Amino acid sequence: MALQSLDIKARSATTTPSPGVRAAVTEVVKLIDISKCIGCKACQVACMEWNDLRDAVGTTTGIYDNPRDLSAQSWTVMRFSEVEVETGRLEWLIRKDGCMHCADPGCLKSCPAPGAIIQYTNGIVDFHEENCIGCGYCIIGCPFDIPRLSKQDGKVYKCTLCSDRVAVGLEPACVKTCPTGAIVFGSREDMVHHAEGRLADLKERGFQKAGLYNPSGVGGTHVMYVLQHADQPELYHGLPKDPGISPEIILWKGISKTVMNIGLGAAILAGLFHYVTQGPNEVKEEEEEQQQ
Amino acid sequence: MSQKILIQRYKAGERINHWLVALSFILAALSGLAFFHPGFFWLANLFGGGAWARILHPFFGVVLFLFFIVWVVRVWKYNRVIAADWQWAKHMGDILRNRTDNLPEIGKYNLGQKYLTRTLLLAILLLLASGILIWQPWFAPEFSIDWRKKAVLVHAFSAFVALLCFIVHVYAAYWTRGSIQAMTRGTVTAAWAKHHCAAWYREMMSKN
Repeated sequence: MALQSLDIKARSATTTPSPGVRAAVTEVVKLIDISKCIGCKACQVACMEWNDLRDAVGTTTGIYDNPRDLSAQSWTVMRFSEVEVETGRLEWLIRKDGCMHCADPGCLKSCPAPGAIIQYTNGIVDFHEENCIGCGYCIIGCPFDIPRLSKQDGKVYKCTLCSDRVAVGLEPACVKTCPTGAIVFGSREDMVHHAEGRLADLKERGFQKAGLYNPSGVGGTHVMYVLQHADQPELYHGLPKDPGISPEIILWKGISKTVMNIGLGAAILAGLFHYVTQGPNEVKEEEEEQQQ
Repeated sequence: MSQKILIQRYKAGERINHWLVALSFILAALSGLAFFHPGFFWLANLFGGGAWARILHPFFGVVLFLFFIVWVVRVWKYNRVIAADWQWAKHMGDILRNRTDNLPEIGKYNLGQKYLTRTLLLAILLLLASGILIWQPWFAPEFSIDWRKKAVLVHAFSAFVALLCFIVHVYAAYWTRGSIQAMTRGTVTAAWAKHHCAAWYREMMSKN
């Protein structure tokens, strides 16, 4: 949501530079340590409370995920996966799903509405719904299937990383409420350092493939996961192994539009130049007279 | 100056049909260009802003599709490609230089017009199909994101082709003097008909 106390790095559908004379601020990261998560959903409640969101009461479908999916009213959802990485050894992997705040955001690239999607210099990718036109292109562009169109107002919503709290020096609501310290927040450098400590600990405890999920295909993310099985991120409710902005989106928003704009301009100029060099295609006076 | 002999080229119903197609094409094009590239987003203001342009654009498109189909059905019998058309097309260099004497006799439409109709028909069908896939909030949620990614590409490219057709069509009408009154008043002069569409001219003359 709109809040103008953070510096802007990129704006959707804008071809001129964003205001950039102020020195770059520290990039922030929310680090989610899945090995510490107990699935209590306190973060979901904190998110609802801080952002004044109240999703419709859903139905029980036999699994713990509740609500069943992200929505315009549910910006984060615990995804519960029961897996056996080693036969006979059940693991309950609980991933807090929500916007990853990509450094190279597919939503922002796809958005046709100027200023509807903003990337702050601190790395937060935020939707400014007052500029949203409701086309749903961000939904197509997101490599993580995060944005949701509201049926109520035709605008798209997702996690803001509590940009309004971060702007005034507070941590996101989910971080503040997490009872196990599975969610931490700070500078990118500090969070990577913190993750390294956690990974060393996990490896010591037998999780040899433990790793930090910070996919380079989207330029890195400002929400990172500590995964026990970083070699198989798909185990965590289909977390993509190598996410990136898809080739269709790159082609669509990249070279093709430039070529097509030039093509349209060239067609108009070709008509103009044809006319001024060749003149009109006229029926001669004699032909008209013959007919009379 | 004496009165020129006029031949009816389009009846009132055809003219109304054409201008409904033209109007809905222009509205769909202007609103669609707003999302085509940020450089055109200002066009959204013509429709009351980005959200209104987004809401209205698909309806303009559906209206365009419906009237264009009616149009194609009306003119299809004159759009069959015949051998003379290919002979005519061989003189394209001369035609573009306005050296239009001694051209093969063709019917109501030339090969360029016939292919313009076909290209626009294909482009508009693709625009409709891909447009439904990305029409928020009614239909888009029914389709997978993978399909919708392909649809936005097809939609943008088909729109480009349709716009090229539009530019060619409008220019050709302006360049070929005496054509525009066929669509505004319904008539062309007999000399115009004989000059550009000799076979059609003879057909019309034999009817009267």
